[in-house]
Amino acid sequence: MTISPNIAVQFKNVTKAFGEKRVLNDVSLHLEQGQVLCLLGRSGTGKSVTLKIIMALMRPDSGEVWVDHENLAGLSERGLSAVRKKLGYLFQDAALFDSLTLYENLALPLKRLTNKSKEEIDDKIHHVLLAVGLGSDSAKYPSALSGGMRKRAGLARALVLDPKILLADEPSSGLDRITASEIDELLLRCKEQHGTALIVVTHDVHGTRRIADRVAVLDRGDLVAFGSVEEVAQSENDVARRLIAE
Amino acid sequence: MSWSGRVFESVGKVGAFSARVLMDAFRPPFEIAQLSRQLAEVGNKSIALIVVSGFALGAVMTLHTRNTLVTFGAAAMIPAVQAVSFFVEIGPLVAGLLLAGRVGSGIGAVLANMRASEQIDAIESLSIDSFKFLVVPRVLACVIALPLLTLFMDFAGLLGGFLSEALASRISPELYLNRAFENLQWSNFIAPTLKTAVFGFIIGSVSSYFGFTTNKGAKGVGEAATNSVVIASLLIIVADVLLIKCIFFLFPDTAI
Repeated sequence: MTISPNIAVQFKNVTKAFGEKRVLNDVSLHLEQGQVLCLLGRSGTGKSVTLKIIMALMRPDSGEVWVDHENLAGLSERGLSAVRKKLGYLFQDAALFDSLTLYENLALPLKRLTNKSKEEIDDKIHHVLLAVGLGSDSAKYPSALSGGMRKRAGLARALVLDPKILLADEPSSGLDRITASEIDELLLRCKEQHGTALIVVTHDVHGTRRIADRVAVLDRGDLVAFGSVEEVAQSENDVARRLIAE
Repeated sequence: MSWSGRVFESVGKVGAFSARVLMDAFRPPFEIAQLSRQLAEVGNKSIALIVVSGFALGAVMTLHTRNTLVTFGAAAMIPAVQAVSFFVEIGPLVAGLLLAGRVGSGIGAVLANMRASEQIDAIESLSIDSFKFLVVPRVLACVIALPLLTLFMDFAGLLGGFLSEALASRISPELYLNRAFENLQWSNFIAPTLKTAVFGFIIGSVSSYFGFTTNKGAKGVGEAATNSVVIASLLIIVADVLLIKCIFFLFPDTAI
């Protein structure tokens, strides 16, 4: 089976359960390259699990997951590793490595996964940190960064390998409106400047309305709405309408 | 599942985890930078604890044994008793237990915290094998560091014993050392010191297992630290019995 050339991520009838609890129930959705998909839903409805399945950190119980034209189910660990190199992941709490400075956090993937020289790595890190507004903080440890700075640092690490697809797990949670808006700006810039496909798990309706090309609403494991912001706002599903309206 | 069933399941899981450590330790890429970092963490930061404990233990042991040996007219044996007991058993065992407390709890807590804060997922998302990157260097650091720390413990114990004895009998350092090593053979010293590499493997793999495999969030951090210390300490004592039997079998001269 093949996938349309412009599709970055596609879920086909994906199901995932933890014990008795089914967190994804026959979910099918897709995202085109250069688009932003916002995943909305109440807490515990499988949004973060969706991201982890795309990143191959978890395997679905059934169904197919295609990432950049590769069916994850058919890939060896080496193949999965190759797919992961095309992805960037901004974790909910940034998940920066505590024992490493900001510079070292960003240098780690560059040293491990590329053949760049020390000068090229320094240059890349400098540019990425400047882009997220942390140009003068490279020597700081994560414990010395504020919540907003940690999110920016996590975003910088996710972007340092120039991913084709960026996954962001609640990038604006715990941030004030202004900082959240700045993070949204950075995400939009990724899409506009590099054509990156973004999947953003969020509870921020304002941000969703601002950045989303597509919106998917999950409720108790079911995909209850999928479409543009306007389409979801007019959805027949009450949960979807309320989530996008709040 | 019954209690005994859960115990056997846990033993199997820890065994499989340890076997994976052994296999991955010989499979490239080798995480030399991480190993150096962990050696500093496990070794350098434990030296003060080991030396002070060894010194105090050596002094206390001499205080306890002196009266008895003097009563039997065997005061000249005090240095030899001190040396044999430290090099053969007290040094390796106490160093192992101290390291299980300091390093075991640290490894368990750090890895559990990394799991809870998604740092391990972050490593995987960067296409880095988190097991080889986090677990193998920690276990190897324990295996390498513990025999070296045991030497510090042995000699600190001897120094503590000497100072305690010198205050009581004004024995010279030369005479003390001469009597201490008079009856000690290399086999009395090498095999018990090397057995601590096994203790190090137990500490590293057990504590890494509890930290790396937890899925209980912040609550799991405390549990991992506690379980690491308790189980590693228990296994060290049990392994000590088995290793002593092995050493006696392989080096019959060491059976004093």
